[in-house]
Amino acid sequence: MSKNKNTYWKTNLKYLAILLTIWFIVSFLFGIVLAEYLNQFMLGGFPLGFWFAHQGSIYAFVILIFVYVYLMNKLDKKYDVDEI
Amino acid sequence: MSTQTWTYLLVGLTFLVYIIIAIVARAGSTKEFYVAGGGVNPIANGMATAADWMSAASFLSMAGLIAFMGFSGGQYLMGWTGGYVLLALLLAPYLRKFGKFTVPDFIGERYYSKNARLVALICALFVSFTYVVGQMKGVGVAFARFLNVPFDTGVLIGIGIVFFYAVLGGMKGITYTQVAQFCVLIFAFTVPAIFISLQMTGNPIPQIGFGSKGTDGVYLLEKLNLLSTDLGFDSYTNIDRGNLVNMFFITGALMFGTAGLPHVIVRFFTVPRVKDARISAGWALLFIAILYTTAPAVAVFARTNIINTLSDKPYSQVPEWFTNWEKTGLLSFEDKNNDGTIQYVADAQLNELTVDRDIIVLANPEIANLPPWVIGLVVAGGLAAALSTAAGLLLVISTSISHDLLKNYLRPDISEKGELYAARVAIAVAVVAAGLAGLNPPGFVAQVVALAFGLAASSFFPAIILGIFDKRMNQQGAISGMIIGIIFTTTYIIYFKPQLGGPGLPENFWWGISPEGIGTLGMIINFVVALLVSRFTSPPPPEVVALTERIRTPRGADSPSGQTH
Repeated sequence: MSKNKNTYWKTNLKYLAILLTIWFIVSFLFGIVLAEYLNQFMLGGFPLGFWFAHQGSIYAFVILIFVYVYLMNKLDKKYDVDEI
Repeated sequence: MSTQTWTYLLVGLTFLVYIIIAIVARAGSTKEFYVAGGGVNPIANGMATAADWMSAASFLSMAGLIAFMGFSGGQYLMGWTGGYVLLALLLAPYLRKFGKFTVPDFIGERYYSKNARLVALICALFVSFTYVVGQMKGVGVAFARFLNVPFDTGVLIGIGIVFFYAVLGGMKGITYTQVAQFCVLIFAFTVPAIFISLQMTGNPIPQIGFGSKGTDGVYLLEKLNLLSTDLGFDSYTNIDRGNLVNMFFITGALMFGTAGLPHVIVRFFTVPRVKDARISAGWALLFIAILYTTAPAVAVFARTNIINTLSDKPYSQVPEWFTNWEKTGLLSFEDKNNDGTIQYVADAQLNELTVDRDIIVLANPEIANLPPWVIGLVVAGGLAAALSTAAGLLLVISTSISHDLLKNYLRPDISEKGELYAARVAIAVAVVAAGLAGLNPPGFVAQVVALAFGLAASSFFPAIILGIFDKRMNQQGAISGMIIGIIFTTTYIIYFKPQLGGPGLPENFWWGISPEGIGTLGMIINFVVALLVSRFTSPPPPEVVALTERIRTPRGADSPSGQTH
């Protein structure tokens, strides 16, 4: 693997680590583990922990994928491994 | 027009559309049959993936399930959407670059082993078949209730339609039919929700409506919590502390299982480029999220409406929909204290009303007094959901047989024409077999969906991830990981499922984890075993290491048929 491809892959892994950490936080932490604590706060008529489990985590998932696509398309171009 | 006429009209119309699409999008080659020629637009593929994913269970059962579970129902919402993040980030782009037709293709080549391919093939067949039987049953139920045909006839009509467009069109026909089915099902799910949200809260967006104030100025959720606790039920938004570990594991098993399901993964082989595979997963989740964020709103509306309409009301004055559903046996009233009034309470000794959770979505428009065409629309939507998922699964079954088993295992010298013919025969046999099993489902079928997700999570998911992200992973590691993961998960599920003959009792669950959630643990075990074994055995051959490096960058992704295999 050339040096260039190596840094490309490392950056990819860094993006994955960050995005998947957020993925874990919004669902497993906010929606389950910390939900009881968060339920003392209200978002309109929603207790916050309940909102994360039934709504918020799903919105976050969608945003995460689109951010990933944006970052990777940019990265592909930078390292000249993108498709025509 | 009556509800009946509207239902016939809308169901007939949508079926006509599916058939026309099937005729226009016939498959002419194996490439078209397996992966729709590899040229599907990413947004269209997103819609098809969404329709493929959202089954009769998502459409008909999930909102009802949540309505009776409250907070814990979030495990289905997060579990069945979160897996797409894993798919988009960890699997789809690399598998697309790999550029073959099936999951066993990848496992077989990455682990340079026919046995690994065979293990993957058996898992794929098992997972897909258990799943498809449930869909056929869903078709039968929807027909039976709304078109007044016997359950059996309903299943037979379903078989006929799927047979026609799946055998003719393969993945190409299925993909474009699924695009149409997505439009029907999402329209059918959201329209009643919007009406009801407007009725109850004045807000047309259900996702916001169920967190808004009702017509009486009280927050809807607050009111539902109060109604529930008054009747002795748990407060709707409250958290059952004792169930949190189990909820964590179930959510995980559903997410990792989603990312390992062959009929979902194969959808990302149908787009032209790696970047299309990434964005296609994004579109798919966006389209899925429309239904998955509406469902919890429907759950809250329905639960509130049921309590308001029925609790403490005289039985002689129940609305017409109540009597209709009573006839199906899915709703029943037993006047235990002979006062002629419906007591709907948590205490099983005193409770007089039994509501089957599966009727919530179908009955919801009637409960809210919506016009008859909305009810017809919901039926057409439910059928679209069941048919699209069934077709996607049947394709995986037929591909597994004609491509993985026949072409790559038994008779490598088979011609393209012979393989396409075999694929058509396989899908025809699979449709009929699934239909027959749906007519007469063995008692265990409903119970094995847990097994389908558990198996996908504990077998495919780690094997694929390691195949991409760990260059040192070899066949010894991957195969032992898969086998131990599968054996552990299957044993635990069978042992703790009385319906499968297991002697285990819930109080003996490990850390309170129910069979539905054990796939998460099976997956972790698979990862650990695979990593350990691989480090103590010989490294993979150089050409496999080169393959692993090749799939890590997008450039040069051939269309799937580009390679002679």
